[in-house]
Amino acid sequence: MTKPSPVPALEDRTQLRRRHQAERRFKFYGQLAITIAIGFLAILLVSIGNRAASAFSRHVIVMTLDRTDFAGREDISVTDLNLAVRDQLLEIFPEAADDRTAQNDLFGLTTRLAVLPLRDYLRENPDRANLPMRTRLAVSDDLDLYLKMQIQRHRQLDIGRAGRLSQSGANALRLTDSGPDGFAAFQDRLAADEFLSRDILIATNGAWFQLIEISGAALILQHLAGPLPDLGELDRAPIRATILGDTDANRIASNRQIAMAMLMKEQDLIQRQFNRSLFANADSTYPELAGAAAAIIGSLFTMLVTALFAIPVGILAAVYLEEFAKHSLLTSAIEVNINNLAAVPSIIFGLLGAAVFLNTFDLPRSAPLVGGLVLGLLVLPTIIIASRAALRSVPRSVRDAALGLGASPSQAVFHHVLPLAAPGILTGAIIAMARALGETAPLLLIGMVAFISEVPTSPDEEATVLPVLIFKWFSGAERAWEPMTSAVIIILLTVLVAMNLLAVLLRRRFERR
Amino acid sequence: MSAKSSTNDDRMLQTLGHLPIGWLVIAPLAAAGFFAFYFGRTKVGALATGTTMESRLNSQPNYHGYFLAFCTILPAALVFVGYVVFAEDHARGQLLAELPTYLTDRGPDQVALFLDRVANQAQMRVPAPTGNTLFDASVERYSAIKGNLRLLAILLALIAGSIGFVIGRRRLTRHFRARLYVERTITAFLFLCAAIAIMTTIGIVLSLILETVRFFRLPDGPTVSEFLFGTEWNAQTGRNFGAVPLFFGTIMIALLAMCVAVPIGLFSAIYLSEYASPGFRSWVKPVLELLAGIPTVVYGFFAATLIAPIVRSGAQWVNGLPFTPPDMLAAQPTSALAAGLVMGIMIIPFISSLSDDVINAVPQPLRDGALAMGATPSEAIKQVVLPAALPGIIAAILLAVSRAIGETMIVVMAAGGRALITVDPTSDITTVTYQIVALLTGDTAFDSAKTISAFALGFVLFGVTLVFNVIALHVVRRYREAYD
Repeated sequence: MTKPSPVPALEDRTQLRRRHQAERRFKFYGQLAITIAIGFLAILLVSIGNRAASAFSRHVIVMTLDRTDFAGREDISVTDLNLAVRDQLLEIFPEAADDRTAQNDLFGLTTRLAVLPLRDYLRENPDRANLPMRTRLAVSDDLDLYLKMQIQRHRQLDIGRAGRLSQSGANALRLTDSGPDGFAAFQDRLAADEFLSRDILIATNGAWFQLIEISGAALILQHLAGPLPDLGELDRAPIRATILGDTDANRIASNRQIAMAMLMKEQDLIQRQFNRSLFANADSTYPELAGAAAAIIGSLFTMLVTALFAIPVGILAAVYLEEFAKHSLLTSAIEVNINNLAAVPSIIFGLLGAAVFLNTFDLPRSAPLVGGLVLGLLVLPTIIIASRAALRSVPRSVRDAALGLGASPSQAVFHHVLPLAAPGILTGAIIAMARALGETAPLLLIGMVAFISEVPTSPDEEATVLPVLIFKWFSGAERAWEPMTSAVIIILLTVLVAMNLLAVLLRRRFERR
Repeated sequence: MSAKSSTNDDRMLQTLGHLPIGWLVIAPLAAAGFFAFYFGRTKVGALATGTTMESRLNSQPNYHGYFLAFCTILPAALVFVGYVVFAEDHARGQLLAELPTYLTDRGPDQVALFLDRVANQAQMRVPAPTGNTLFDASVERYSAIKGNLRLLAILLALIAGSIGFVIGRRRLTRHFRARLYVERTITAFLFLCAAIAIMTTIGIVLSLILETVRFFRLPDGPTVSEFLFGTEWNAQTGRNFGAVPLFFGTIMIALLAMCVAVPIGLFSAIYLSEYASPGFRSWVKPVLELLAGIPTVVYGFFAATLIAPIVRSGAQWVNGLPFTPPDMLAAQPTSALAAGLVMGIMIIPFISSLSDDVINAVPQPLRDGALAMGATPSEAIKQVVLPAALPGIIAAILLAVSRAIGETMIVVMAAGGRALITVDPTSDITTVTYQIVALLTGDTAFDSAKTISAFALGFVLFGVTLVFNVIALHVVRRYREAYD
């Protein structure tokens, strides 16, 4: 008795259309959500990678130290070397010798402790202190940052040929153009591009000046660096203007230092090279000398302790729970407990470490030994859960066959089941280790934030690890720490990605079999 | 002559006291184990002479070897465990008894500090004399006591190992069921490994409870109700311990994180499980899970250096609008919003992968039925699949909340440390985890109310997350049972 359903009326069609619109909207929300999530990941990686890029290279001053009193000495100090460095710098810029501020600027091109690697090298190899010594000194962090970042905002203009240089007032010089039109075109250009608010450097005849003002056909200049040419006609030497990205007041590197650096770059005395100290040096209070070597070794030691503790214990615990445990109150308590432990905030493990390992057992503070144990406890549940899943996926028949042929339960497990589950267990263990490698909070509580200026040589020495180093450098005040921090993040992420790829590859191979 | 030899003995004891104990123990134990193993194996192997039932061994020679090795190692190892547990206290006690009274009169805290310094000094390979006669003499004496104890432990271990070896060797006969005993020992050892998980929990609970109780008993500590309901937090100066601003900040940041993570995570999960092609799914799912693999310190850096300045300038822009008061938003350089946003991103994969699992677990006939009745796919999802998956999704959200509450590095780097109660998300705000880190970093003398208060906070944190986890895990398990 059912009637044939009527053709949809007009209202129904609009309703249908509304429903289909809702359908499309719903699907769009899903796509939007995925786009947002992946977009954030991309922004995170790109922004950090972008900032890190500059930290992998750095500027160094190439110089040849030449002090006869170094020969054969074994007690060369930082001060001795610094005096030699200063002599050498004054040889490059002799005009800075009588000007106090110029001298400060000159000596500020590099920090006092930049000679530390050389000092250590000479202490270890006193026979190498033969002269002259060729060395590379890190440029001070602010200047280095300027040379990397702001130099892209420089504009260089050829503005004519030099005419006459004359004194103008106490400290200023007056430079005319050799042509008839003076600097009018240059002045128009500055006004048009709104460059007047920036600092402008003028280079001619091998000397660098700061532009004070343009008065008609002449430039009023202040000498910054390079040999000051004799007053008078300059033989139509080309004049080049460098318009800086900002002004002196907004940065730490001074105009004079920039002029000096540009001059030295032209003569190849300042070079950009791969930042070896990032991988070779331990921590330092100077960003240009700081490196992640101590943290890398500290992380290695910590991971070693974690792996030695958590992987065997985790696998054996999983074997017990999966193969040997009879259902009892105790074993089910252990099961529930392991699942919960996996979700306990990591900082609680730090409190455990501080209270039990440091306070009760008096283990050394800041040591990879304690850090490794705490992280081991932290990832133990993860390893147990992964190992149990791997053991469970081994077919029952393997055990039955082994037991049927007279193997004991432990023989069946250790000779047959465990080898078959090994790839799965290994995958879980690698992922757990990756998690331990990235963990920071619990290590802060057991004192692994100490300043470590020497690479540790054993797991019970003071050390720090990569994530904690990231946190510490992040807190540093100087701007140069930011690219350095980003660079360490990139190192850490590279290692983590490599570990995860390894785990994925293992899993793939395992699945194919 | 005898005097000289006695100083030599002293020197030897002191050297023994300095040595790291690890290798001193492991190497001889391993050597003894190997010896016992081969001894047992050859001894019993020689018994296997015939092929008749009578002459066959009950267990393989290897098992006899293992049995003998266990018999030798275990008693000796027990002695060393005893040394590790008791030696330090004993040595300190003995030294304490010999200290002059003018030192012991300074009170137990001072004495404990002195003993700590002595112990640290003694741990150095070559203790450099400090010039303080009493201190240097104490270091020497302490090393000598330690050396004595070590000598005693080594002797006892030797004796225990030998006795074990002799008794074990006597039992090795043709009919001895060595395999059974070895199996039992292995099982016991495996159980011990599994029990470490329980011991960890017990350790956490005990240390948190003990320190918390101590905190509330301190003369300058607060009462329980002051701690739980007070609104003034000023732990660095050790005066005010009202934790409400901390709880407030924690909840606020967790809520902000959930506002980001729940919609994005849930919609991603729905799209991936209901709409996406298998190829797209197999590509996007690992990428989303990558978000969970990034260390939290990296998220913290991202939040503090990129998101927080954006939040700040956004807040300043809002303040500058014509219809808003100029100081409506706090616009701080670190803010709850920056931390909450980034924490939300971090939590997306937790919600999406867990929800994905539960949505996939909803039986296909439910969907087919809804679609057959003329529902569009989204109607089927909204009215049939999601209600069926709801308990699982709620469990996923609970787990994510517990994760957000316990997250540390993001808030330490991007949320600031001022204990405020404010609903302004652009203000800096503090959390329980931030305070734990701030109170315990660089200071582990557990004697001031300041440091111990971190344990009380940890106790609250542990308790709350535990409740969330237990409920969530319970729901997940119930849910699995319902559809399996």
